[in-house]
Amino acid sequence: MKKIIKYVLLDILRNKILLSYTVLLLAISLSVFNLEDNPAKGILSLLNVVLIVLPLVSIIFSTIYVYNCSEFIELLVSQPLKRTRLLMSIFMGLVISLLLAFLVGAGLPILIYNPGAAGLLLVLVGMALTVIFVSLAILGSVVARDKARGIGVSILLWFYFSLLYDGLVLFCLFQFSDYPLEKPAIILGSLNPIDLGRIVVLLKMDISAMMGYTGAVFKDVFGGAGGALYASAVLFAWMALPLYLAVRYFNRKDI
Amino acid sequence: MITFTHISKKFGKLQALDNISLNCNQGQGIALIGPNSSGKTTLIKCLLGMVVPDSGSILFRGQNIARDWKYRAAIGFMPQAGRYPENMTIAQVFDMMKDIRQDEAGAPDEDLVHAFGLHRMLDKRMRTLSGGTRQKVSACLAFLFNPLVLVLDEPTAGLDPVASGILKDKIHAEIGKGKLVLITSHILSELDDIASEIVYLQDGKLKFHKSLQQLRRDTGEEKLVKAIARVMQTTD
Repeated sequence: MKKIIKYVLLDILRNKILLSYTVLLLAISLSVFNLEDNPAKGILSLLNVVLIVLPLVSIIFSTIYVYNCSEFIELLVSQPLKRTRLLMSIFMGLVISLLLAFLVGAGLPILIYNPGAAGLLLVLVGMALTVIFVSLAILGSVVARDKARGIGVSILLWFYFSLLYDGLVLFCLFQFSDYPLEKPAIILGSLNPIDLGRIVVLLKMDISAMMGYTGAVFKDVFGGAGGALYASAVLFAWMALPLYLAVRYFNRKDI
Repeated sequence: MITFTHISKKFGKLQALDNISLNCNQGQGIALIGPNSSGKTTLIKCLLGMVVPDSGSILFRGQNIARDWKYRAAIGFMPQAGRYPENMTIAQVFDMMKDIRQDEAGAPDEDLVHAFGLHRMLDKRMRTLSGGTRQKVSACLAFLFNPLVLVLDEPTAGLDPVASGILKDKIHAEIGKGKLVLITSHILSELDDIASEIVYLQDGKLKFHKSLQQLRRDTGEEKLVKAIARVMQTTD
């Protein structure tokens, strides 16, 4: 497995898109921290960037990469290799290279300018989101045979998780505003990895007071050790589940 | 050595393979013949695990190949139109395959690489290669690891006469060493001296499986081309 990861990594690291992604993240985080006097504010601005840009780049880049790998996959499935191992190697190659780009581009500046719990948490959430969206991309591109359809699905998934979902949740909350909605809000929050990441980081920044009573409930649920455990478990499920489905589908797929 | 039992496969509404049973033994040169879209390539892909049959089983040296992958170490496969990572050079592709399959015993068999003159263009990228050169790379990869079974899908399509002569000699030599060769081709004249068994597929069904002598006797024709032509006329 290491051998195949090596070839995938060598191939991806030569890619100029990945380099420009790193430079983009680096430019954003450096300018944010240099413009703001208060590094906590910097974290807040960066949080929004990370939650929008990072899933988008991760899912689109990975989807296109898997489709471009089709020759590589075709060549290797007829060799004495386990298919699971082949797909996992591509996944690992993508995850390692995108994590590297994120850590160099955003992780290092955050930890240098704002070392502390909130900064560290933002880096961790960013890493988790990278893995989750690579995993979703792998699932989409394995299931959809057509490249255009696969990329379309990826864009829709990103659109859904970063914009549409929030709209739907807000709509529900307004419709049922006569009822106590704190518990459903928590459940709805954890059904979307981006929202969950946002809530977890915001709570660490002690601005949950701005979120009113719901914020207090969030604080109550996610604030303690149990909450951290719950959040990591949900994020982990978001990484593992799409990948598991992708491997299952890939093992039965006709190449 | 390889036993197909009641293999069926559907692609959507198209019945690509319909209840095919076939037995292949060591030292045989088996020619898979049939019109376009008769299921030859699908059958080969089933053997390699690239296509999963809807029903039926394939035994490779007594082992069921479903969900197995180690058996492929004994197979050398030359695809119909091999596709390779575009950015890799020929040398990188060879090195990668050696790297992946290195634990197999013995030194790699690079006769074909030299016979085709590929060693002089190892640093060319795959995307710059012509169809014929790509086909040569596929052939070299199939023979590289001294496999027990060679699966060749239209091996000489796109090769120039010199190269296809070299390849045919190589196939001949490997059969002489007691290997099993499964070959599909539409150029029947070149199968005359390679094939010892003829398998005829049509619309996904196995029409017959005979030795070449048997077929010659049945049709009264010496050349495979004419024998097959006669079969096609009589079955229609």
